[in-house]
Amino acid sequence: MIVADKKPIEEIIGYLKGHKNILVLGCNECVTVCEAGGKKEVGVLASALRMYAQKEGNEVNIDEVTLERQCDREYLDEIRDAIDKYDAVVSLACGVGVQFAAEQYHSTPIYPGVNTCFMGATEERGLWTERCQGCGQCILATTGSICPVARCAKRLFNGPCGGSTDGRCEINAEVDCAWQLIIDRLKALDRLDEYEALCPLKDWSSDRAGGPRKVVREDVQQ
Amino acid sequence: MRLQYPTNVKIVRVPCTGKVDVIHIMRAFEKGADGVAVIGCLEGECHFNAGNLMARRRVEQAQKILETIGVGGERAQMYNLSSSEGPRFAQYASEITEKIKELGPNPIRISKNKAA
Repeated sequence: MIVADKKPIEEIIGYLKGHKNILVLGCNECVTVCEAGGKKEVGVLASALRMYAQKEGNEVNIDEVTLERQCDREYLDEIRDAIDKYDAVVSLACGVGVQFAAEQYHSTPIYPGVNTCFMGATEERGLWTERCQGCGQCILATTGSICPVARCAKRLFNGPCGGSTDGRCEINAEVDCAWQLIIDRLKALDRLDEYEALCPLKDWSSDRAGGPRKVVREDVQQ
Repeated sequence: MRLQYPTNVKIVRVPCTGKVDVIHIMRAFEKGADGVAVIGCLEGECHFNAGNLMARRRVEQAQKILETIGVGGERAQMYNLSSSEGPRFAQYASEITEKIKELGPNPIRISKNKAA
């Protein structure tokens, strides 16, 4: 899932200066799972913003809505009738949701309420770690299902660098060396001979190097 | 055990302090409460294992938010006692009441009253 972190309330208060009718818009998908932008977080943020406005003596109306998703038009359409009531929206969805909402509603400023971080997994409640960088050409089949693109600081494709010490990366002793993990896993799978095979040059044009990307699937297009 | 404790303390019963979420604490302040005390079982004695420990973290989270928005984090406090400790409950109730009296009324209530 897409992992996001909460933005400091001070920062959000800063964006909203001068706005009188505000919608705090949550998302029921990834940001709910990583406890940054779901219904619960919408409630807490809206309550904090309301209290701040009241304390400052500002008359501000703050409503709360949480959509199923903000990265699909049909769900964003659910607020179409109400959007004109608001002069600002704080979207607690990931960066995708914020932008897609802004594309649907041209005349309303949509502010981000979270910091979108990466695609990752929940290791335990309150700890999320990166697993995928969406490079567009998955090589997990040859690396024991451990990604050197996302998990090696240097994105190396043929074994670890000289900075790998006791299974840890040289950038930080808390970071696992991705290649140590790959070798350990290949060993456990009894496929260590695959480690000998050289990985060819990767075509990075499907990564960010090729600019903004898109997926076109004619088979499912209408 | 005819114990006395301040009459301005309103008790909200929950099955376990683990049920208390940040939003409940926030709403209490939004509605004008001057302070919130979450009183749970002793740490390590939770029937649901970690309810009171989670409550403590949530109170801390609420404190941070309340501090940021200028209401004052000290207004939310977590206490622990065993269910048989009536005198300690009365002591905590007096303690939080004294503390809140020192801090004065909830600033939101003050500006609400001014506006009205």
